[in-house]
Amino acid sequence: MQHSKTQDTLVGFFVASGIAALFYMALQVSNLGSYTGDDSYTVIAHFQNSGGLKVKSPVSVAGVRIGRVSAIRLDKESHESIVEMRIESQYNNLPSDSGVSIYTAGLLGEQYVSLDPGSSDEYLKDKSTIDITSSAIVLEEMIGKFMLNKAEGK
Amino acid sequence: MFQFLQNLGKTTRSSFAKLGRASFFLSHTLTGISDVVPRPNLLIKQVYSVGVLSFLIITISGLFVGMVLGLQGFNILSDFGAEESLGVMVAASLVRELGPVVSALLFAGRAGSALTAEIGLMKATEQLSGMEMMAVDPIKRIISPRFLAGFLSMPLLAALFSAIGIMGGHLVGVGMLGVDDGAFWAQMQASIDFQEDIINGVIKSVVFGFVVSWIALFEGYDAIPTSEGVSRATTRTVVNSAFSVLALDFILTALMFGDI
Repeated sequence: MQHSKTQDTLVGFFVASGIAALFYMALQVSNLGSYTGDDSYTVIAHFQNSGGLKVKSPVSVAGVRIGRVSAIRLDKESHESIVEMRIESQYNNLPSDSGVSIYTAGLLGEQYVSLDPGSSDEYLKDKSTIDITSSAIVLEEMIGKFMLNKAEGK
Repeated sequence: MFQFLQNLGKTTRSSFAKLGRASFFLSHTLTGISDVVPRPNLLIKQVYSVGVLSFLIITISGLFVGMVLGLQGFNILSDFGAEESLGVMVAASLVRELGPVVSALLFAGRAGSALTAEIGLMKATEQLSGMEMMAVDPIKRIISPRFLAGFLSMPLLAALFSAIGIMGGHLVGVGMLGVDDGAFWAQMQASIDFQEDIINGVIKSVVFGFVVSWIALFEGYDAIPTSEGVSRATTRTVVNSAFSVLALDFILTALMFGDI
């Protein structure tokens, strides 16, 4: 067992580098580095059309990410899209008359919710609903309207 | 005709018999693992020969696979003006598929064949029978530590492969082709989910490590104890491991990422 010590060292190095690779992937490559814990509250918004918005899409104010979309479902009465968003609790001073809109990052990028702060003294709380919403811009719809206007203009 | 039926029956019977022997072998090996725990020296020696000696081929292959992904991905993505998505493409394909699968194939070629040849030669030179004569269970003493070592090393090797591959993709994409560094990482982090992608990749590599070690050790243990028998067993190890890894990969992918 002459080689035992070097062998031990090499095995230790191997295991350590394997675990380091796992950590590297967890923190640098995946979304775990920007993980939002349970320290958050939920706000709800009704959209006429939530477009290509997905669960986990970012919610941002002035371009800064403050939370993520946690659920999207259909209201059976009004046929509107109900979007639930989890906002990190450090951002607890968003005015209650804020508006939300769905934008696209870049021309073909993913869609995200942008929150435009209002001027009210009251703040959004857990489970509160945002009334001022503007729907996602659906590219096909816009092209359709544009074509129609062109045709009518002639 | 009669001869054909007879051959078919013989093949079927012998393959089922082999499957049965393999299952007994596996259960015997797994119960033997409890005897490895109090003697970690046996395990460390095997992790050295199975894992540490595969370290170099895994890291170098990972680097090159990542660099090729970066190069090819850039060529295709730049046609659509989406070079910034290079990070997502490289990371997703490595973490989900190429990392576990390619490292399992390399592992089968590098470590699996060596295990089969080692065990087969031990059998051919009657070392295993000699152990039994001394009332030492060869499965507990020889097979179980090797099995455990392969099972533990595989996820570590796959993680190394993916991590180094992503660095290689970064080297080519950001360093040589001029993709924006921030966009490379940011889009990657936005799209790669820890549980969905990384944990599933680790699960895959755990399964592959189990299967490859099992096949390699069983083929060695079951080899005909002649030099030709050992050489055939080594070939079978590589062929069967590669086949099982690719087939299992499809099944696991369908379970994890597909909506089947």
